[in-house]
Amino acid sequence: MFGRDEKVSAIRLTAAQYIILSVFLVLAYGLWRLQVMQSDYYSLAAEKNRIRNVPILAPRGKIVDREGRPIVDNYPSFSALLLRDSTRDLNADADLIAQGLHLDPNEVRTRIRRFASMPQYQPIFLKEDITPDELAFIDAHRNELPELDTIMAHRRLYPRNGFMAHLIGYVGEVTEDMLNQPQFELYSPGDMVGVSGVERQYNTLLMGKNGFRRALVNSHGREVGRLDETPAEPGKQLKLTIDLDLQIAAEQALEGKNGAIVAMDPRTGEVLAMVSRPTFAPQDFSVRISRDEWNKLVTDPDKPLLNKAIQAQLAPGSTFKIIMATAGWQEGIAQNLHVNCTGGAEFYGRRFGCWVKTGHGSVDLEKAIYQSCDVFFYTLAEKLGIDRIAKYATAFGLGQKTGIDLPNEVSGVMPSEEWKIRNFKQKWFAGETISVGIGQGAVAITPMQLLRAISAISMGGRMVVPHVITPTDMPPGYVEAARYLEVKSVPIDPSGWNYITDAMVKVLQPGGTSPMAAVPGIEIAGKTGSAQIVSLATRAKFKNSDDLAQNGWFVGFTPRRNPDIIVCVLFQGGEHGKLAARLATQVLKAYVDKQRRTPQKMVEKPKSGGKVDMGALWTSPDGDGHEDKLEGGRYVVDLPKKPLVAATAAPGMVPVN
Amino acid sequence: MSRYVSYRDFDWLLLIFVLIICGLGVMEIQSATQHTKFAGAHIKQIYWILAGVGMMFLMSLINYQALLEQIHWFYIAGVGSLMAVLVFGQKYLGARRWIKMPGGNNHFQPSEWVKIILILAVAKYFAEMRQRELSWSDFIKAGAIVGVPMLMVLAQPDLGTALTYVPIAVMGVFLGGMQWKQGLAVGLLATVAVGAVFFTPRVHVLKSYQKQRLTSFLEPDADPQGSGYQVSQSLIAVGSGGLWGGKGSQTHGAFLPVPQTDFIFAAFAEEHGFVGALGVLLLYFIVLMRLTQNAQTAPDRAGTFVVMGVVAVLSFHILVNVGMVVGFMPVTGIPLPLMSYGGSSVLFMFLALGMVMNVRMRRFVN
Repeated sequence: MFGRDEKVSAIRLTAAQYIILSVFLVLAYGLWRLQVMQSDYYSLAAEKNRIRNVPILAPRGKIVDREGRPIVDNYPSFSALLLRDSTRDLNADADLIAQGLHLDPNEVRTRIRRFASMPQYQPIFLKEDITPDELAFIDAHRNELPELDTIMAHRRLYPRNGFMAHLIGYVGEVTEDMLNQPQFELYSPGDMVGVSGVERQYNTLLMGKNGFRRALVNSHGREVGRLDETPAEPGKQLKLTIDLDLQIAAEQALEGKNGAIVAMDPRTGEVLAMVSRPTFAPQDFSVRISRDEWNKLVTDPDKPLLNKAIQAQLAPGSTFKIIMATAGWQEGIAQNLHVNCTGGAEFYGRRFGCWVKTGHGSVDLEKAIYQSCDVFFYTLAEKLGIDRIAKYATAFGLGQKTGIDLPNEVSGVMPSEEWKIRNFKQKWFAGETISVGIGQGAVAITPMQLLRAISAISMGGRMVVPHVITPTDMPPGYVEAARYLEVKSVPIDPSGWNYITDAMVKVLQPGGTSPMAAVPGIEIAGKTGSAQIVSLATRAKFKNSDDLAQNGWFVGFTPRRNPDIIVCVLFQGGEHGKLAARLATQVLKAYVDKQRRTPQKMVEKPKSGGKVDMGALWTSPDGDGHEDKLEGGRYVVDLPKKPLVAATAAPGMVPVN
Repeated sequence: MSRYVSYRDFDWLLLIFVLIICGLGVMEIQSATQHTKFAGAHIKQIYWILAGVGMMFLMSLINYQALLEQIHWFYIAGVGSLMAVLVFGQKYLGARRWIKMPGGNNHFQPSEWVKIILILAVAKYFAEMRQRELSWSDFIKAGAIVGVPMLMVLAQPDLGTALTYVPIAVMGVFLGGMQWKQGLAVGLLATVAVGAVFFTPRVHVLKSYQKQRLTSFLEPDADPQGSGYQVSQSLIAVGSGGLWGGKGSQTHGAFLPVPQTDFIFAAFAEEHGFVGALGVLLLYFIVLMRLTQNAQTAPDRAGTFVVMGVVAVLSFHILVNVGMVVGFMPVTGIPLPLMSYGGSSVLFMFLALGMVMNVRMRRFVN
């Protein structure tokens, strides 16, 4: 046979033995190094393995209104989890567990399988935010299903029915991206973080700091003892400038409609109410929103997630005429302009119609404002030219962010010659200026911008930065107070803004565009607007479909001098500004009613419900509209049978004692 | 021929040492899996060992020389089965390594028994060689015998098992008369090749998890919760065992991953300390020395090569597995023969021992 005579080299076999010996010596050295030389170090490490840091979650701060009434609170929420206690066959118990927790047994098994390769001490989360009967099921089966456990966490409790949802925003789990950013260094995966609204803007104030407890765990990850604990620091309370009574009035006014309402104190810039419709339920986000629900929210053409008060960019329509009037007055044109309106006029070879087809006849600035004559403002726009219009509009903050302390505000567009060249590489056509004169064309602004601009005009050029918190009341370090307290002044001629605001009072008087919105006993200055989304001809082509209906606008304030509240309403598909005006006056009335109902202003405290007469003062224009006349009178307040109408908490919230 | 073959020449001493190691393994499997979902694995392991012992006796009956004469058919069948795995294999955790057996839940991993075929094939190749010194063409041919199935296993991908084929070839060329300069040249080439694979980012020979395992070996604390987790937990387990062994909180607290298979030595070292672990190493060493002795007394060149092939595979497994447990080697997923839980590994070892017995029982047949 082959090579049987030839033996394998004995030296090499011996060499192989020595090689094996040396391998074993090296391995033995490895054991010696770990088990004898570094034994203490590793014993300590093993001990550390058995001690676990269990986080104690800090509850987020509450959100309250300007009077301390709760808007957002927390509630204890339980999650069901599966400890992988190895003495139990989890798959066999899956059916019972699934039944008790209203889950699909296959989903439970899939989850068990997916976690099979993870370290044993990591529990499997089965269901978040379980219902009381599911919690009862777990409690009742402590013996049969020892692997089932619960963990408590504070969750956000938001007002019902999407009340104030856009301003509040919502929280969500912190994302991978965020965790890599320095401002989220205190977060760990699974923590909740504000995603929109004030929840996001003031997240650092609201979030608090998690504590932790050092716990001894046994071999299966169950806690068997506690060593010590560092308590959690709860998040701080956030006090908004919102007045719940006003917010409720605004929410009710816009219920079932599309659009936005913002109310602000023109003296300080404090936002008193902010509503956007349609709304969404932030509660759905506090646990985990389903994909279907999310898709529905995102694809809804009415954009429920959009805070239209600061994110809708639309043509302001005739409300823009107040800016035009101010610009025209400052340039010395408007006060001397007299136009004969015949229902339309021709500019640059094209006919521009007035909304009153039969015409307004002879029109001066005052009548142009309270009758909203288009031809007057076409003419004024032609005389001013786009750059002078843009100069004033920009000075009043149109086409720029207002700087409100809410995330994702948009800037809108205030067109000018330079803007058109920059964005379209095209020359401005003089004809475009005419449309801008009545707030159409390329002008696209947010309700907040419009509110701020007209607020400034009503205050004689005083431009405030709107905000939803009181900067001076905030704990230091969370807000740059100076930013919100800064007041810019746009120099305008006092006689001019007096004249214009007086004309705005007439808007709600007989002969104005919106007398139906007037509230007896309250002097309201305002301006209606109806902005086309598409041209009237295009709309006719679509058989006047509601989808293309005009947007109604209204901006109003009271009283006419030194106003203490200004409201802007965007009523999408509202056809005409006078409908928007009614919504605005509801809010204004709620404000005035509340002011007059405060005890120190009451003549007599009512014993029970009913109508109560109260004294009130207001100014009203005298005959020629240039002199103010102070009027006194009695004002009737409706008091219900129950002691007080004022809200004690946002809908769905428990009032604080 | 067979009239001289008797069980008096069976290496009973070797079998006793092997069974002691197996017994320690069963004990440790029992200890590590109690109160886990793998509880009862030690009973299954006992069945595997009994089946293995049975197969060892059967293997010892078939004349290895007869096996060697048919080895080319076995080799073709082996390569064919690896091909079948690549085509029809069950994909599990990203790799095709198993063929599902008809009926039942058993999966068959052909790369294990290919090891035995390679031991025989290499033995046959070198036994037929006439000259004392190895030529370069012998070198390349021996390399090809092992290299072809190795590349196929690498393609599964199963780096760990593929690496266990290497010592078969190395032992073959070493005993077959490798010259110093050849050893140096091949060693240098291998170093360069390995270096290129590890450190050239554009060469995607290694899967990302394989690279991760290697980097976590070099720096276990860099990612203690991820792929470095196994390495650091293993070190803690071994280290906390101390001289005499400890509570075993790493093993029983499920901190040590898979304590019944790849990390069984870490679990043992934790519970029985340096003394116990060294004892196990000593047992393995005795087994290896006894095997080498059997190689020396083999009736022919082929017998020596067969036994030394087994020695090579066994030593390599011990080196890589224990080396991994004490932090000298990266995590490769190679089990500790005879101790680790698992049917394929146990059956392979006893089949290999059956071949050794086979050679030994024929030592006086001439």
